[in-house]
Order: sequence, then C-alpha cells, then structure tokens
Amino acid sequence: MEDLDQLQSDLVARVAEAADLASLDGLRVSALGKKGKITQRMKGLGGLDPEARKSAGQALNLVKNAVAEAIEARKGELEEAELEERLKAERVDVSLPARPDEIGLLHPVSQTIEELIAIFGEMGFEVAEGPHIEDDFHNFTALNIPPEHPARQEMDTFYLPEDETGERKVLRTHTSPVQIRTMQAGEPPFRIIVPGRTFRADHDATHSPMFHQVEGLVIDKSTHMGHLKGTLTAFCRAYFGIDDLPLRFRPSFFPFTEPSAEVDIGCSKEGGQLKIGAGSDWLEILGCGMVHPKVLANCGIDPEVYQGYAFGVGIERIAMLKYGMPDLRPFYDSDLRWLKHYGFSPLDVPSMVRGL
Amino acid sequence: MKFTFSWLKDHLETSSSLEEICNALPMLGLEVESVEDPARDLAAFTVAHVLEATPHPNADRLRVCRVDTGGEVVQVVCGAPNARTGMVGVFAPTGSYIPGTGIILKSGVIRGEESNGMLVSEREMGLSDEHEGIIELDDSAPLGAPMAEVMGLDDPVIEIAITPDRADCLGVRGVARDLAAAGHGTLKPLDTKTVKGTFESPIVWRRDLSEGDQHLCPFVAGRYFRGVTNGPSPDWMQRRLKAIGLRPISALVDITNYVTYDLCRPLHVFDADKVVGDPTMRMATAGEELLALDGENYQLDESMVVIADENGPEAIGGVMGGELSGCSAETSNVFLEVALFDQVRVATTGRKLSILSDARYRFERGLDPQSALWGTEIAAKLILEICGGETSHVVSGGEIPAFEREITLRPERVASLGGMEVEAGDQAKILRDLGFAVEEDGERIAAKVPTWRADVESEACLVEEVMRIRGFEDIPQTPLPRNRDLPAGVLSLSQRREALARRALARRGVNEAVTFSFVPAGIAKLFQGGDKTLTLVNPISTDLAVMRPSILATLLPAAARNSDRGFGDVALFEVGPAYRDDTPDGQDQIAAGLRAGRPTAAFWGGSNRVLDAFDAKGDALAALEAVGAPVENLQVDPDGAPSWYHPGRSGALCLGPNVMAVFGELHPRVLKAIDIKGPVLAFEVNLAKVPAPKAKGGGKLRPALSLSPFQPVKRDFAFLLDDEVPAEKLIRAAKGADKKLVSGVELFDLYQGKGVEPGKKSLAITVTLQPTDKTLTDEEITAVSTKIVAQVAKATGGTLRA
Repeated sequence: MEDLDQLQSDLVARVAEAADLASLDGLRVSALGKKGKITQRMKGLGGLDPEARKSAGQALNLVKNAVAEAIEARKGELEEAELEERLKAERVDVSLPARPDEIGLLHPVSQTIEELIAIFGEMGFEVAEGPHIEDDFHNFTALNIPPEHPARQEMDTFYLPEDETGERKVLRTHTSPVQIRTMQAGEPPFRIIVPGRTFRADHDATHSPMFHQVEGLVIDKSTHMGHLKGTLTAFCRAYFGIDDLPLRFRPSFFPFTEPSAEVDIGCSKEGGQLKIGAGSDWLEILGCGMVHPKVLANCGIDPEVYQGYAFGVGIERIAMLKYGMPDLRPFYDSDLRWLKHYGFSPLDVPSMVRGL
Repeated sequence: MKFTFSWLKDHLETSSSLEEICNALPMLGLEVESVEDPARDLAAFTVAHVLEATPHPNADRLRVCRVDTGGEVVQVVCGAPNARTGMVGVFAPTGSYIPGTGIILKSGVIRGEESNGMLVSEREMGLSDEHEGIIELDDSAPLGAPMAEVMGLDDPVIEIAITPDRADCLGVRGVARDLAAAGHGTLKPLDTKTVKGTFESPIVWRRDLSEGDQHLCPFVAGRYFRGVTNGPSPDWMQRRLKAIGLRPISALVDITNYVTYDLCRPLHVFDADKVVGDPTMRMATAGEELLALDGENYQLDESMVVIADENGPEAIGGVMGGELSGCSAETSNVFLEVALFDQVRVATTGRKLSILSDARYRFERGLDPQSALWGTEIAAKLILEICGGETSHVVSGGEIPAFEREITLRPERVASLGGMEVEAGDQAKILRDLGFAVEEDGERIAAKVPTWRADVESEACLVEEVMRIRGFEDIPQTPLPRNRDLPAGVLSLSQRREALARRALARRGVNEAVTFSFVPAGIAKLFQGGDKTLTLVNPISTDLAVMRPSILATLLPAAARNSDRGFGDVALFEVGPAYRDDTPDGQDQIAAGLRAGRPTAAFWGGSNRVLDAFDAKGDALAALEAVGAPVENLQVDPDGAPSWYHPGRSGALCLGPNVMAVFGELHPRVLKAIDIKGPVLAFEVNLAKVPAPKAKGGGKLRPALSLSPFQPVKRDFAFLLDDEVPAEKLIRAAKGADKKLVSGVELFDLYQGKGVEPGKKSLAITVTLQPTDKTLTDEEITAVSTKIVAQVAKATGGTLRA
C-alpha cells in the first residue's frame, strides 16, 4: 500500500507542477491513459483473488480519483491563466473613434408644420392641401379681392403667361385658396388647417419670394370670434410652451374676413434680446377674422346659416421666434452647417401628449 | 399717414395724453408705426444770451463768448460768423447729445481758450441743412426756456398705418372721429360754411366724356380767385407740413397739401392765367404727354382721364398736376379743382405711369363724394385767409353720385358673430358717434352709412364697427367645442407618406432641405423643363424664373454651393413639389435626394468605399418601403431613368408600367453645367405612384405568423453568366425554383477578372432553404440544389461555376 501512497503523492505533485495544458495532458495520459501507470495497475488486478482484488481495486480507485481531481483542478488554473494572457494580448485602444453612422436631420419648416398639425389635430382640425399654381378665382375673386383693389396690388403676385382665353394663372399668394377649394368640394361643417408653400414677388432680408403659411378655417353654425380668440390663444400658448403667454387682438382689414383682426403676442425686448412671453412689448404674428359672408356665398354656402373663422400664420416666422433663428434667407439655402444646427432628429415626432 | 398731436386736437377736443392716444389707436385698427416727440429729443437745449463775444486771441475765425444760460454764465468758443454780443441763441450744454452730428458734447480747450458747451446751428440740431451760422432767436425768447417750445417744435408727430379699407383715416379728421367714438373726447364741428363768391368765374368746368366714361369723373367743382398773393404759407402750416415730411413750397400749393392730409380731400390749383379756354375733363388721346409737377414727362393713353385746356392736358385726373399750369410766386389768379374720380381708373393710371402721389393714394381708396362740395368751401376759406384776393361763385360740372346705403343690424349678431355682449343702445350710440344715421325699433338697428365710409357694406361690417370701438380686448376667450370625443387621424394618405418618407430618408443619414420652387431657365432645361406655360412673367430675377421640373434642379445647385464652401460630403433630400404643367393636377409630390463626396466620415478601421448607384437605389427603396410600396415585387428597368441620369448607371423602380422611382448616377453633362465634381448619386420617388393599401383600415391586420420548428439550411452557389444578364433575373430564378422551400436568396459576390472569361461575370448567392414539416435529408437538399441550378440555367443561360 505504501507503494500506492507514493504513487498518488508523486503524481499529484507532478500535476501541480505542470507548466501548461500540453504537459498536463501528457501527465494525464501517462497516469490515466490506456497505457498509464494507474491503468496498468488496474489491469494487473485481474490476477488477484476476488477478496484481494476488491480491496486493492478500491485503493487503486481512490488514487485514480485523487489524481483525476488534481488534473481537473490544475487544468482550470491553467485555462484561467491562458485566458488572462489572451485578453491581455487582445487589448485595443478604446479611445479610437466610433464607427461613423450619421443620421440626417429634418428641416425646421417641416418640423414646425408637424408641430402645428399636432396642436390643431388635437382640436379636431384636418389637414387640407391645394395646388401652388392657382387661378384668379381661387386666389383672389372668391376671396373677395377684386382686380383693382389696393389689397390685390399689395400682394406682389407672380404671374404665369396668359393662355388663349386671356386668363393668367398665378402662384398662390397665400394658402387661402384652399379654403375655397375645401368649401366648394364639401359640405359644412369644416375644420381644417392648410400648411404649405406660398409665393410673393418680394425679396429682401425679411421677405422671401417663397415662404410657408398655415391657414385655418372653421365653418359651422355657431362658431364666433370668441372661439377664434380661444383657439388662437390655446395654439400660441401650446406652440411656444408658455402657459401665460398674453395675446392681443387688434382690429385690422383683410378682404376675406369681417370682422378682421391682427394678433400680437407679448414679448420683451430688453437689452436688444427678444424674449417671447409676458413683457412690455407686442409682436405681431398672425392675421385672422370671421369669414366674410361674400366668401361663403362665393363657395355656395348660405351665409345666413353658416359662419366661422379663418386665420393665417407665417410658418418661418413662428419657427424663427420659437427656435431663435435670426434670419429668413438661410431657410432655403440648404447650407449643411445651418441644417445640422437648426434641424430636428427624425426620432423627435411632435405630439401633444408626449409634449412638444 | 402722419400727423401731429396739435393737428389732431384741431379736430378732437380731448384731455387724453399723447400716450393714451397712442395706446388707443392700434386698438381701433390704426396701427402706430412711430411716435416722434422732438420736445423730448431736444429737451437739453435752451435759450441763451450771448453777453459778450470777443475775438479769440489765437484764431482769426473764432470768437470767445460769455453765454448766460439762465442758470449760469459759461465761456464758449464759437466759430459761427453771426456769433455776436447781445444775440439770443440756442445753447447745448456739455454732456448733451447733438442729433445733427451724432456726438456727445465735451468740455475742452480750443487754441488755449476754455469752451464749455456750444451755440448750435439748425443742422447741428437736425432741423435743416442750415449751417451758415448759429440759430438766432427773437430777443423776446425767455432765457433758459426749452428751445423746442420757443421754436414751436414741441408738437409730437404720430405715424399710423392705414389698412386699404379706411380711406377716411387718410385725413386727420377721420382719425379724430374714431378716437372720439372710442371715448377720447369729442369731435369738433367742421366749418363748411359757404364762402360767398363776389363774381362769376370767367372759366367754367366742362366734361367731355362719353356715355360709358361718365363715371370716370362724375363731378367736378371749382372756383376762380383773383388778386391773390402766393407767398410762403403761414408758420403754423409750414411747421405741420414739415413735421409730416412735406416740403413747404408756396401758400397755394401748401394749402392743397394741407387739406389733403387734414380732410382726405386732394385739391389742385391752376394758375388761371396759364389756362387757355375752359378746363375740360376728358380722356387723353394716344401720344399726348404731360410734364408733371414732379418734373417728369409722362406719355398718356386713351384710358387716362386728364384735365385739359386748349393747349392740351394740364393735369392727370386724380394723380398729379402739370408743371406748366401750376402756381408760382407770380400767380395772382387761381382756378381751383375739386373733383371726384373713379377709384379703379386712378389706380390703373397711377400704376401705368408709376406715379405714387398723395392724391392717387387717396382717390384709389375712395373719397367721401360729398367732399367735392365742402372741399370747395374749405379751400376757398383758406385761400382767402392766407393769400387774400376774392373768389368767384362755385362752378361745377356733372353730378355727385348718390350714396345711400342702409344696413340693418340685429343687435344679437354682435354676440352670435362677434362673441361679444354689447347692449343694443350702446351699439346704436357707437354707430352714431361714427357718423351713421341710426334708427332703433327695439329689435333692429337701421344704420345709414355715412358717405365717407363706403367700406361698410354689410351687417358683419356693422358688427365690426361696434366691436372695434368697444375694444377687441372685450372679446371673451371661448374654447372651441370638441367636434368628437377623441382627436382622430387628421392626415390624408399622401400627407402621412410625406412624413414617413422624410423620416426614412433622415434615418439613412440624409439631411432635409427646403428649396425654392423656381429655377433659372437653363437649369430647368437640363431637367427637361422650361416650358413657357411654367415660366413666370414677372420673376424676381432670371434665377427664379421657371417652375422646377424636378427637385434635383434645386438640390443639385444646393449641393454645389455646399461643396464650394468646402463641405463636399453632401447628403440632401427634399419632399416637395415638381411641376409638370399649370393645372391643379400638374404638381407632383416627390421625395428626391442626392449624395456626393464620401458616403460617411472616414473610419480608421476599414477601407473607405466610394458612393455608387446602389446608395441611391437604397435611398429610393427606403423611401418606397416607408410609404408602403411592395419593394419585394418591384422590377428594375435599366433604361427607365430620365435623361439627367448616367445612361449606364441608373434605373427605374416599377411595377409593370407604373414607374414609382428613378435612381442612379447623375449625367456628367448635368454635373458639368452645374459645376459640381462627380459622381453625384440621386433618386426621385413619386409618392402618389405608390398604390394605396387595399385592405380596409389601412391594412393594419397582419397575416398569421407561422414559425417552422425545423432548422433552415444554407447553400452557396456561384454562377457564370453573360455580362448583360441582370442579376435580378438570377435572384428571381433561384427564388422561383422551389417556392415552398426557398425562403431567401442573398447575392453576396460579383466577380469579373482572372478565371472568368471576358464578357462573362460570376455571381454568387446564398440560398436559404426552410423546411416546414421535417428536417431535410441530404438527398432532398441535393434535389433542390439541382432544381435551382436548372432554373437559373433556363432563365439566364448561366452555369454553375466550376
């Protein structure tokens, strides 16, 4: 038996000294392999009598298990060390730049239009559209703007050539012709907004020959100017995110509304810095009024039965005010530096319930 | 429209302050553009006495003055030739801002003599160009008093914007009437008493207008004045005219200007001695011309009304008088014209001749027709008072058109239309205060519109008048009632698609641009546009003249601008209009974009590839997929892209004859014309061409998902094909070989070169086989593979590469 003890302690010691997995495996083969020392001794047990075979077998098994255990333990240690070694070698400079993956940004005009849709959509306004190239009737006549009226002359209209009937199409000077198209095509009640391109022959620091407007129209039997004030107050406060934003309605004139008003929002201009909100100054932002009875009649709607309001807002203007863009011209210049500075993530989808 | 505060008070008896008036005006619809109060701006400058002026010891042209400012005596060095002992002038103390020079005055030593403050000229005060000497005041001017007060400059000037409907407020009196109605005092009566004539006018008005042209000048009145003196107008009138920016000329001319602004009643005065025969209202004849008061010579035509004598046209009706028959310092006999002209004709005449006069501005907005009567009296009174002489009886021609308009106001309409509660009695009072003749019967208010308010046409106008005077601040803020319980989808299919396409393209790294709808004709031509019917008649410039046939016509120059600025890596898209024709249906909603430069920023760990047509194809497919196009079923037509694309590197994505998108590399000729370095990869998706979802509810219901429990098997194949065979054919053939088993085909390699003979190409695909009822055996896999190879061979002529 001493001999077995000697064998075990000898083998276990050598296992513990194994320097790497390969030599450890050599040891395993030499001890437990087919021709290994322990295996050989197992085979030698066959010549013993059953009693002796049993006791010797048990003793040998103990040795075998102890050696196998030692090998497993050493293997774990060596593998761990090898992994450490590998990880050390695999080290990279994680301060290197990430793989580029650029996301594009949305233009402030389309983001602002989506904000408008989110707000007015909550109030039940559907979105309507119409063509940019309009006829005289929809852009002017139906809106109660007669040909020689100063209001028409002040519109700075772009004209297309006369056709064979002498009619000349225009680029719509406002989104209001869509009021006419909507009322002609359907039956009241109407509750729509119309965002879109508009065109005027005017080009300087604060005017662009193309710009965007949003038109609003509500027609039913009972909507009055108090509702107009309620709607626009709710809109302006939601859009600018200022709960106590003051609004001021001033009488004005538009051929297609009666009564007509211009709307100012409160602001302060202290220290040359424009800030929207309650302050000592006012800033004009939109025109509105009750739809003129003649306009209703021009669309085949009985003005004795139906009434309602309309308003028009410059989209670039309110975007500039909200987001602090100082100039109008870069809106259309497609300068990537501007687009990336003022653009919006496509993941930022305007919604009233999520917050604008 | 400008006026001064004291001028306003000629018509308005009021205790309201300037500030109160200026706060009230915008709430009446009369927007205040500016308020200038010279008394405030000139407050620092006071009346001073020059006690002694002695020559400067070290400078010939300078004088050393001892100046009594009222509070102290200071020494001032002055260079003005008129600075002398005993004079009364205007003193600017040290530290004051000199408006004419824009400097702040400092004490100093001038050539060895101390100087504190300054004696100022009119130019230094910003009053005129006068700089010959310092201002000299009357000896009676009180020492130390503000110079603004002494010089009559303490009258604030108010400028208001007048909306096109309010012609009545183009005279100071109209503004006063609105203010009085709004509770800012009472409107003083206007003295329109008849001025008695003492003789018959030697010339009379004639109207030589055809039956159809009668309305162009329905009425004209006039008077003859003799023995007048046309000197300068009185100080008070000159001050007011100067304050509103008009240059005083002579008493007669100033009177016409004054009445124009005071009462919105343009007048004209002829030097009667220069008028030959009777003045006649008639149409001009072609070829006639007139040297007008502005010194310009105008070519007249048959559409224009002129006032003519035997010499020809002497004035353009409602627009401007003529130079030759105008009044001068020598004028002693005058003929006055007080006429009514057609609004529209004055407007068209003025526009044709490009004359924007105060008269035209008022006539085209509409005068009070009665002003032709009282205007003659007001003018006569002023001329006699200021210029002396005597006046004839009134002579006139034509008739004043009747203006009788009665409108019924149901008092409840102020609440039901305006949302504002106003007592019926208050409504009637407001209308009365505005000059309406009002009758109430308890239920209805019958309002006769005053002759100066032709803009009031309907009950809604009366509602506005009541609300305007009461104040829009009283309109209650009323929430719009909900028209349904919850907000519903408010976008049409096409509107939803625009938003989806935008976000899909931005996700791919393309930035959204918004560009103009118009382009130069040359660029339109590059994109097969430039049709005459889409060319503006009056563009802002030739660069913005033609409606764009393609969004690329504006995006490509935008890319070039970025590139020129040093930002050559460009990825831009726009979702917007392209114009096919001028009909309402001729406008297409397109999602278009382009890329140039590097596909992404440089990366240290990989090869940096270049852009190619497949970037553009990917963009087009992303937009198409986002808007719901059946991208799996789309075919590529290699010849389907328009002429502005590279013919060999572009294509169309279509479903049969329906072309939904085009993509590819842009044509080098186009790039050269725009001057941008290529390649530029572009795409255009016509959103409306994508079929609408068939299923109800927008096709939200998905088919049931069936997941196979068996492992899919992947097999790679490389085929040798003729170069011209489209890869799409190979993929379709492989997919179609066994529709039940083949669940996917990926093309992972295209190879030409060594080992592949010229004219051929090698395409390698991975085919995924997905069994659904049992695990595939080797035999089954081999059988499918054989089928795939056979199918590909049949469809493309390709063979399995050895």
